[in-house]
Amino acid sequence: MSKPSLFVPLGVFALLAMLLAAGFGLDDPHHLPSALIGKPMPEFELVDVLNPDRVIRKEDLLGHVSLINVWATWCPNCVVEHPQFLEISRQGSIRVIGVNYHDDIEKAQQWLQKYENPYWVSVADTEGTLGIDLGVYGAPETFVMDAKGYIRYRHVGPVTRNVWLDTLLPVVDAVKREQVEQTAARG
Amino acid sequence: MKFGNMKPHRRRRLYVVLFLVVTSSAAVGLTLMALNENINLFYSPQQIASGEAPVGKTIRAGGVVVPGSLRRDESSLLIEFDISDLKTAPLRVAYTGILPDLFREGQGIVALGKVNQQGIFVAEEVLAKHDENYMPPEVAAAIAAAHGESE
Amino acid sequence: MIPELGHFALILALGLSLTLAVLPMWGVIKDNRAWMRSASSLAAGMFVFVSISFACLIHAFLQDNFSVDYVARNSNSQLPDIYKVSAVWGAHEGSFLLWILVMSGWTLAVSVLSGSLTLDMRARVLAVMGALSTGFILFILFTSNPFERSLPVFPADGNDLNPLLQDFGLIVHPPMLYMGYVGFSVPFAFAIASLLSGRLDSAWAKWSRPWTNTAWAFLTIGITLGSWWAYYELGWGGWWFWDAVENASFLPWLVGTALIHSLAATEKRGVFKTWTVLLAIFAFSLSLLGAFLVRSGVLTSVHAFAVDPKRGLFILGFLVIVIGGSLTLFAVRVAHIKSKAGFDFTSREALLLVNNMLLVVAAAIVLLGTLYPLGYEALTGGKKISVGPPYFNTIFVPVALVLFAFMALGPFSRWKRTPIEVYRKSLLPLLAISAVIALLFALLYGDSFSAWVVICVFLAALLGTGLLLDGYYRIRSKTAGARLAAVFKQTPSYYGMWIAHLGIAISVIGVCMTSIYSDERDVRMTPGDTVTMGAYEFRLVGVQRIKGPNYIADRGNIQVSKNGEYLLDLHPERRKYLVKGNVMTEADIDPGLFRDLYVALGEPVGTMGAWAVRVHYKPFVRWIWFGGLCMMLGGLITVFDRKYRLVSALKKQRNWVTDTAEVSNA
Repeated sequence: MSKPSLFVPLGVFALLAMLLAAGFGLDDPHHLPSALIGKPMPEFELVDVLNPDRVIRKEDLLGHVSLINVWATWCPNCVVEHPQFLEISRQGSIRVIGVNYHDDIEKAQQWLQKYENPYWVSVADTEGTLGIDLGVYGAPETFVMDAKGYIRYRHVGPVTRNVWLDTLLPVVDAVKREQVEQTAARG
Repeated sequence: MKFGNMKPHRRRRLYVVLFLVVTSSAAVGLTLMALNENINLFYSPQQIASGEAPVGKTIRAGGVVVPGSLRRDESSLLIEFDISDLKTAPLRVAYTGILPDLFREGQGIVALGKVNQQGIFVAEEVLAKHDENYMPPEVAAAIAAAHGESE
Repeated sequence: MIPELGHFALILALGLSLTLAVLPMWGVIKDNRAWMRSASSLAAGMFVFVSISFACLIHAFLQDNFSVDYVARNSNSQLPDIYKVSAVWGAHEGSFLLWILVMSGWTLAVSVLSGSLTLDMRARVLAVMGALSTGFILFILFTSNPFERSLPVFPADGNDLNPLLQDFGLIVHPPMLYMGYVGFSVPFAFAIASLLSGRLDSAWAKWSRPWTNTAWAFLTIGITLGSWWAYYELGWGGWWFWDAVENASFLPWLVGTALIHSLAATEKRGVFKTWTVLLAIFAFSLSLLGAFLVRSGVLTSVHAFAVDPKRGLFILGFLVIVIGGSLTLFAVRVAHIKSKAGFDFTSREALLLVNNMLLVVAAAIVLLGTLYPLGYEALTGGKKISVGPPYFNTIFVPVALVLFAFMALGPFSRWKRTPIEVYRKSLLPLLAISAVIALLFALLYGDSFSAWVVICVFLAALLGTGLLLDGYYRIRSKTAGARLAAVFKQTPSYYGMWIAHLGIAISVIGVCMTSIYSDERDVRMTPGDTVTMGAYEFRLVGVQRIKGPNYIADRGNIQVSKNGEYLLDLHPERRKYLVKGNVMTEADIDPGLFRDLYVALGEPVGTMGAWAVRVHYKPFVRWIWFGGLCMMLGGLITVFDRKYRLVSALKKQRNWVTDTAEVSNA
């Protein structure tokens, strides 16, 4: 028979494993609650990046399920996710709205010219006020907003093809389906 | 550990075991003491503003560097800037020295230092990770908490 | 199609590793020699296919194939080719593929070089390594595939490699570190195989030793390179930060060092068998724990999108199976092992026992400090803390010094018991000599007297002179010819030990002197300003703008003079890399045997053309890494000892199929 003391290392490891299991649960940034989920999109009044004379308000965005993409010319990962947004806007199933965060309008215009413009509209959040209201902590971040202007999902980091297909698209489809059902129920 | 089966060694073995027990418990005690003296608790700007953080004790504070808040002293390496959880009033940080490469306005940072009597956070060390997408998890949690509580 | 080929090769390698895990082991159970023998060809096949896979990933990087997601995230068309290759292991997925390549390399090496093993033992060892490889390959295929494409849309150019990693140190550091981490899988596999077979004799220790020493040597140089890199590249002038990533490599090193010594005692004297097995399991477990935890981001926490909960779960499951399984096996099988030999408390065995205890205690201290924040957060429901370097310094340093003190006694010890005249004739005079050296040094060097310096120099001198005296006794002869013959008669094991221990003494001196006597200042300088440090004067001449291949930089010109005489110019740079726009400090260092001059350029300050400048005077800092180099060399030299017969094993390997005498031992 083996001595009980020989099981001490195993016991120590078991404790350690439990600690790690708890640790894996703790530090998951993907489950960071966005305070805004389920809340209305903040009100704002900002100019269009490509047409600075035109003022855009929250009301102008309602009526469609949209992706709100927070981007900036100083943000390298915005270049990485850019082709995916071009693809999404080409497919035309959803509006992509840009929030040009803490940026210079002229630089932003040049950037859109250089990389093509996937946005239905981009608002110039030069002071970062909309960003702060949205609770973003950097670019890129992407939100799913439903037709009534409620935030339904938040993604931190670049939207790659996999993120779009595995994460955002299902959310978008679910939101759309829900709206169709609601209209049907009302009608 | 086996010290062999020879009889005369029995007593010596007992001494060795006693010695090991005494020294190891002393070591464990000292270790835990040192550990507790050297843990640095994290406080969010909101907690510091509300006076939750102890004054004069080394703690960590973190937040997003408020754009436009960075000020340099003309004649020394003193730097002052605000960090914020994007909701409550920003926390003023003073630091003397060279900032890390990735320190930028709008970037999430964590600083190690003490809150002084005036409520300014005097930093000994400013940490910004070498990755522009990095958000310190403490800061992320502080932002989430600030938004969760006040809405 | 090349990335798909790489993916496919990896899948084939999985098939082979799975077969390697099962077939030879099944052969041992069924006593089927052909199945046992299959281990060698399976190991070779696994290595070939993993290599193909790795080559495919390199190809994708060199071809700027940005349709591969991993390439797009970590490379750029403007990146120099050498960094395109090293970018392969610049992030999680690719570095894990490197890990697997190293694993299959070690497996192949064991199968080729283990000719002195019995057939069934070899089958067991390779099967264990096959099982580990299976776990690793499953992990990469299911959670971290580097060949994943982002078709049909993919970026026109890549996101670039982090400029910090665009450096020679980071080209070689990870491969060396992985050689060490993964190398500990060999003694682990030997330990498991011995537990399974129930044959835990000194032959087991003899087989394990050269492998353990080699793995340890790689880990040593990996850690040394990492420290050196941090020193010149991070721009802080620090060489050790006690952060989780460093601790992750230091933990297996500490336990691996204990293992090396415990194996020596087990082989020579047949003692500590149980303990040695446990250490072999610990060393590899800590390698896994460290490497995986760092990679999974649980400890260093989070990179906004590198963490995938799936990975964490897989890692935890794998750790539980490997570590939990081997510790269970240990508890169940080890009970009947008895160490026969007794020994005196003055013996070398006793010293090695103390060495082992202290090393394990030191490892426990580091592990506690590293995991404490995690535990604290779990227990307090999300309160975040960090454990500062002062914890490690106040607790680890005293333990390390006690360890070092016992180590200094090593050359004066003998197996079984140390005769009293050894102390009288050798130890006492050297104690006196070392004390004099230490006091003189502490009084004459530097501006202030430091007790730490006295202790460190004293112990280092005792160790150094002890080694010298021991070497002298060994080659002492009447004639010059006999002396020369005696020099050649000493085994590589002895020389390896000698050099490695000397390396420790050198490193300890470096650590101690740098910690006590460094002068570090952050200053504000306008062109023309000077800073004085001892005999050295630093004058900022000016700052100019220059253009590099993929960056622009502000380049400072700092003139250094010593005692009023011009010495040299230093050119620290503050670079802005164009692709990502990140800023990097490139310090300029004037290295020296007894001191480094270290200058880094900060930001421009104010409107008067002033700059923040970091100026360091670091005495003996190079000794830290030079000592590490000696330790690595020492570890590698021992492997050439004839008693391990690695070379003759190669010859045997060629005809082992017909070598029935060998097989009949099974």
